[in-house]
Amino acid sequence: VRGNERELEWSLLMRAANAGDAASYSDLLRQLTPALRALARRGLVRAGLAATDAEDVVQDTLLAIHLKRATWDETAPISPWVFAIARHKMIDVLRRRGRRIEVPIEDFTDVLAAGDEAPSLIVSDVDRHLDALPDRQRKVVRLVAVDGSSIDEASAKLAMTKGAVRVALHRGLAKLAARFRMDEI
Amino acid sequence: MRTEHLCRALVADSPSRPLSPRQSFGIALVLAGASAVGLFVAALGPRPQVFGLLFGEPRFAFKVAAAGLLAASSFVLALRLVVPGADRHRAIILVACVPVLVAVADFVELVAVPPPDWGRKLVGANALLCLASIPLLAAAPLAAILLAMRAGAPENPTVAGATAGLLAGGIGATLYAIHCVDDSPLFVSVWYSLAIAMVVATGAVCGSRCLRW
Repeated sequence: VRGNERELEWSLLMRAANAGDAASYSDLLRQLTPALRALARRGLVRAGLAATDAEDVVQDTLLAIHLKRATWDETAPISPWVFAIARHKMIDVLRRRGRRIEVPIEDFTDVLAAGDEAPSLIVSDVDRHLDALPDRQRKVVRLVAVDGSSIDEASAKLAMTKGAVRVALHRGLAKLAARFRMDEI
Repeated sequence: MRTEHLCRALVADSPSRPLSPRQSFGIALVLAGASAVGLFVAALGPRPQVFGLLFGEPRFAFKVAAAGLLAASSFVLALRLVVPGADRHRAIILVACVPVLVAVADFVELVAVPPPDWGRKLVGANALLCLASIPLLAAAPLAAILLAMRAGAPENPTVAGATAGLLAGGIGATLYAIHCVDDSPLFVSVWYSLAIAMVVATGAVCGSRCLRW
């Protein structure tokens, strides 16, 4: 029953987000985060790795969900799509860590409710990758993400047009995802 | 950066609208079709009385239909492979129908043709042209389809690349079938398969490199 409710909620939010409702998209990401975090922790612990890396997996997965969101078919259920992406990213991380571990899909169908509180991060993968971005992209991503600036505010602060801020933000996020992928640690 | 900060940036980027697989595949197919047909018309061209043959010569009609079905079914599969978690069973069955149909046609041909003629039917007149033409006709479509797949999210890049090769090979084979005078299913099952296998292998190698996400 909980799975059905979650499915309904997530797909409603994603449909609204696709129709241009940013608040719904924000809600969706907020709901996805603890579910992804529980999965990442469980996956890492099973593979004999420290659960402290889970937040990096979560962020990598959220980036992928964002950049690939057009691959979700609005008439199909959304949770199998979300969990397939999470599983793909988990396998990626385990492979990079040199583990050859099978991640059965059943693991991703029911999500642990426990242990999904946000961790306190000191230096995460995403910070390292952010430092490697070109100047303008890094500044825009930092302003919007960390300082919580709107596109308009970022455009005023950096003396860039709004269009240029949007492009820099999008390219910056795409590059972050690419750097996660290339990471060999 | 905290995860809620990252989410803030993702929300700010939400007005960017990435292409859906249908859209990117649509664009790719138009480009792929146009370039392959252009090359086909310029270099090979259809056989004389091609429409008459389509209705009057069952072997000719079968090879064109089989190649066309390969292209169509691998298109369906390719579209499903770039969607995480999508069900692919039916698409795989559809693709698998093609070799089954060709095998049945082979059997019928072996019954219909006396054994002394089997070798001549199998080797045909154009084996080398077939081996060269199908991959050449498939090259531009393969590039376009791989590019379209990059916008998607294939869970297995090698398999997705191989399927792109199957689709491109199917397009190349359909066009080549319209040109070639060797109509026997025996010819088709040997030389077309070999030519398409080359495209599939190329697609798999390219896919494993360029389709990771």
